[in-house]
Amino acid sequence: MADMTRRQFLAVTGATLAGSSLALLGFSPAAAIAEVREFKLARATETRNTCPYCAVACGIVMYGLGDAAKNAEASIIHIEGDPDHPVNRGTLCPKGAGLLDFVHSPSRLMYPEYRAPGSDKWQRISWDDALGRIAKLMKQDRDANFVAKTPEGLTVNRWLTTGMLAASASSNEVGYLTHKVIRSFGALAFDNQARV
Amino acid sequence: MTNHWVDIKNADVVLIMGGNAAEAHPCGFKWVTEAKAHNKARLIVVDPRFTRSASVADVYAPIRTGTDIVFLGGVVSYLLANDKIQHEYVKNYTDFTFIVREDFTFTDGLYSGYNAEKHSYDKSTWDYEIGPDGFVKSDPSLTHPRCVYQLMKQHYARYTPEMVARVCGTPQAKFLQICEMMASTATPTRAMTIMYALGWTQHSVGSQMIRQGAMVQLLLGNIGIAGGGMNALRGHSNIQGLTDLGLMSNLLPGYINLPSENEQDYAKFIAARAFKPLRPNQLSYWQNLDKFVVSLMKAWWGDAATAENNWAYDYLPKLDKLYDMLQTFELMSQGKINGYICQGFNPLAAAPNKAKMNLSLAKLKYLVVMDPLATETSEFWRNFGEHNDVDSARIQTEVFRLPTSCFAEEEGSLTNSSRWLQWHWKGAEPPGEARSDLRIMAEIFTRMRAMYQSDGGAFPDPIVNLSWPYAHPNDPSPQELAREFSGKALKDLADPKDPTKITRKAGEQLAGFAELRNDGSTLSGCWIFCGAWGPTGNLMARRDNSDPTGIGQNLNWAFAWPANRRVLYNRASCDPSGKPFNRDRALISWNGTAWGGADIPDFKADEDPTHGMGPFIMNPEGVARFFARNTMAEGPFPEHYEPFETPLAVNPLSPKEPRALNNPAARVFDDDRKAFGKPAQFPHAATTYRLTEHFHYWTKHVRLNAIIQPEQFVEIGDALAKDLGIASGDWVKVESNRGFIKAVAVVTKRLRALQVDGKTLHHVGIPIHWGFKGLAKPGFLANTLTPVVGDGNSQTPEFKSFLVRVEKV
Repeated sequence: MADMTRRQFLAVTGATLAGSSLALLGFSPAAAIAEVREFKLARATETRNTCPYCAVACGIVMYGLGDAAKNAEASIIHIEGDPDHPVNRGTLCPKGAGLLDFVHSPSRLMYPEYRAPGSDKWQRISWDDALGRIAKLMKQDRDANFVAKTPEGLTVNRWLTTGMLAASASSNEVGYLTHKVIRSFGALAFDNQARV
Repeated sequence: MTNHWVDIKNADVVLIMGGNAAEAHPCGFKWVTEAKAHNKARLIVVDPRFTRSASVADVYAPIRTGTDIVFLGGVVSYLLANDKIQHEYVKNYTDFTFIVREDFTFTDGLYSGYNAEKHSYDKSTWDYEIGPDGFVKSDPSLTHPRCVYQLMKQHYARYTPEMVARVCGTPQAKFLQICEMMASTATPTRAMTIMYALGWTQHSVGSQMIRQGAMVQLLLGNIGIAGGGMNALRGHSNIQGLTDLGLMSNLLPGYINLPSENEQDYAKFIAARAFKPLRPNQLSYWQNLDKFVVSLMKAWWGDAATAENNWAYDYLPKLDKLYDMLQTFELMSQGKINGYICQGFNPLAAAPNKAKMNLSLAKLKYLVVMDPLATETSEFWRNFGEHNDVDSARIQTEVFRLPTSCFAEEEGSLTNSSRWLQWHWKGAEPPGEARSDLRIMAEIFTRMRAMYQSDGGAFPDPIVNLSWPYAHPNDPSPQELAREFSGKALKDLADPKDPTKITRKAGEQLAGFAELRNDGSTLSGCWIFCGAWGPTGNLMARRDNSDPTGIGQNLNWAFAWPANRRVLYNRASCDPSGKPFNRDRALISWNGTAWGGADIPDFKADEDPTHGMGPFIMNPEGVARFFARNTMAEGPFPEHYEPFETPLAVNPLSPKEPRALNNPAARVFDDDRKAFGKPAQFPHAATTYRLTEHFHYWTKHVRLNAIIQPEQFVEIGDALAKDLGIASGDWVKVESNRGFIKAVAVVTKRLRALQVDGKTLHHVGIPIHWGFKGLAKPGFLANTLTPVVGDGNSQTPEFKSFLVRVEKV
């Protein structure tokens, strides 16, 4: 027992009250060679963000590895409530407490994919091919179905055969740009999650 | 929310109805706990289920789903009959004294002007009587038989405690106890807040339920005061912002309705929305509309929007009808929509009647899905057994799935329920090849523009002339866009009172919408957000959480629209002379020369209160409306109509009129009407909802949440379980006329049998969170069951009241 390692000592003392009294009896471990492990978040970068779920909009602090230097890839390793935030004051609910697993969900999409008519599988495509094909389909549909005037001669300049549902957790900046682009095309079949 | 999350702590009474904040908005609900602990507030919860909000309530009352108007109509009737109203408030700040036209009628559940074939009203009689001076006639004595007060009293006399008990299934004693608690806030110094969510919006009469709640609050003088208000608890982090920005079929940014095709003339389009005052000396703030519209058109079309071309008015598409989601899916099911883009939206899961959604999506030529996660919608064409039983080979839709960044990987602002625009910062790069929505939308646009520039096509003008001043045209920055929706001066702006003085130099950001002009010299993409990025910088990024007044206003935290105002209608927190009704919770007051205090006054800053300007400055009357005039589809006063799938054969409020069984002004498509079920076959009332451990259809992709709530279940009450021989843990099949789901049964006392119209009625509770993608155990999309019918005004689907049959598998 005298040459118990530091780790074994901690395990025993941590586990039982009886164990903790071993030290009083003179069974102290050999001196540690390594330093005490540093607190994991001490070297992390803190970034203020907002929980993307409900509209309480709790403030969150995201802890990331990487110091924002050009060649250091950041990865979020911990998320907790922002104690400065006047609404949630550092707390999070069971939804928000799982946010880290949202960021790293195995369901996250990694690259553009294409499903051909009649197919039962995805195939990977490049951004250039995907956006090129989408823009072409949209222009074809708009040119074929755009209504400039009604039979009665009213100017209406609308495009009804392609529609869009906008997001519910995208930023105001995304929403603003999305609206600006979609209305410039003349689309009216356009809604967001607020409709539901 | 008219008020905000922290302000809930100022309430003396809290009503949670049509929502379940403890589970759906847990960190916001803490402020209810705060009010209970430190303000001795009492909490009332009215809900078909004994929720976790109910578990900490002082009083809980059960109610049959879809009957909230009967309950609240009963409250209105109680308050009027017992004279529990804030007299000074209703007399000065509402339309109580106004006289309604003589030809306005209400008989057997129908208002004047009904057209049964069209399921809509000619609303011309739904208005005030106008005097020779052009203003609304009023009777301050309140004795005129057609003044709003008298009409309302008469209308709600039918909503007796007996009727509440019969229709809602709420015990009379509970109902009356709740009436008394609410009535305690009719004094000028006590406040009640109402917190509601989709439990009110997702009904065919959802908008009227909310109006009825607002009417209760007006009678009690609870609108515009600290601890009061009508507080919509929005369900997603930025649906408030996206609605503010007008991402709806019929809107432009800042709650401006798009023109209809009959509005060919720009001046008439403005005039129809720039309401002239209906009473002397009213602000009627929408009179400034042309400033907002011109500034928007300058933001979108820059130099191509000129006075000569009516600020490019022809570039705006004109509506012939509303193309809301339900209308669009109806057209899709008929093969009339070719392409669809889903940006962070999963309609196969989020829209009613999944079977119809599957058929509709399969008729598209192309579908584009932008999302951080692999959603059900993106794989609607793939067979997942009974959870999505389709034949891929027969589905000819081309599908693109584009990976996007998520919150942690982007910068920008979100608008919460409190109307706060809060900036957030980027913490990491998106995974793999994922890109931001900004970059994707921008590149779709620049590619389209390039094709229209080189090849021409249908009306290229609004595309090739769209203002696109971004440093990186394929990747605009959030900062550039925020400055654009906030607004700036395009020329030096001179002081209208002293043209030699320049108040804002060309290129400078504007401090607020009061600086906007109608001559093309200002730009602002969303007038209500104007000032969010002002001359001093990005106010949305402010992080000073100090609260010098102690009532939780936090004026230097982020930016609240409009004008950083935290409590809407706050002028109504003072008596007509400008003194706060409640000195302990004063928001603003009149100091003899100006308005000021703990909030930004929702009023003309230097208006002497003795001149009679009303506190509801957006209304041309200057006061709040009990009588909604022609603004609602169903009628000026909320009236109870049964859900479209109701367990009752007649509407107990209008037993003689079969057309008044359900909302007479709802739009129902033929195929959807045929898909409604009848109580003989589907005897149980069903309602859908969220759980504490999950968010919508997202967190089934999140490991921690998939662990704590892994498997689909439905909740049924003890009594029903006993009738059907079901034990907790048994598998049950829940079926509506549109499809079925199978799930584990949770037998609970939280759903009790109700006595409705002399019969026993059981509710079935259906949590929504499962599907055929993600980490949680695969399950059925709850919207397999739900009917396609929307609220008569908002077209929000009736997810909260429909009929099912439960059986043991």
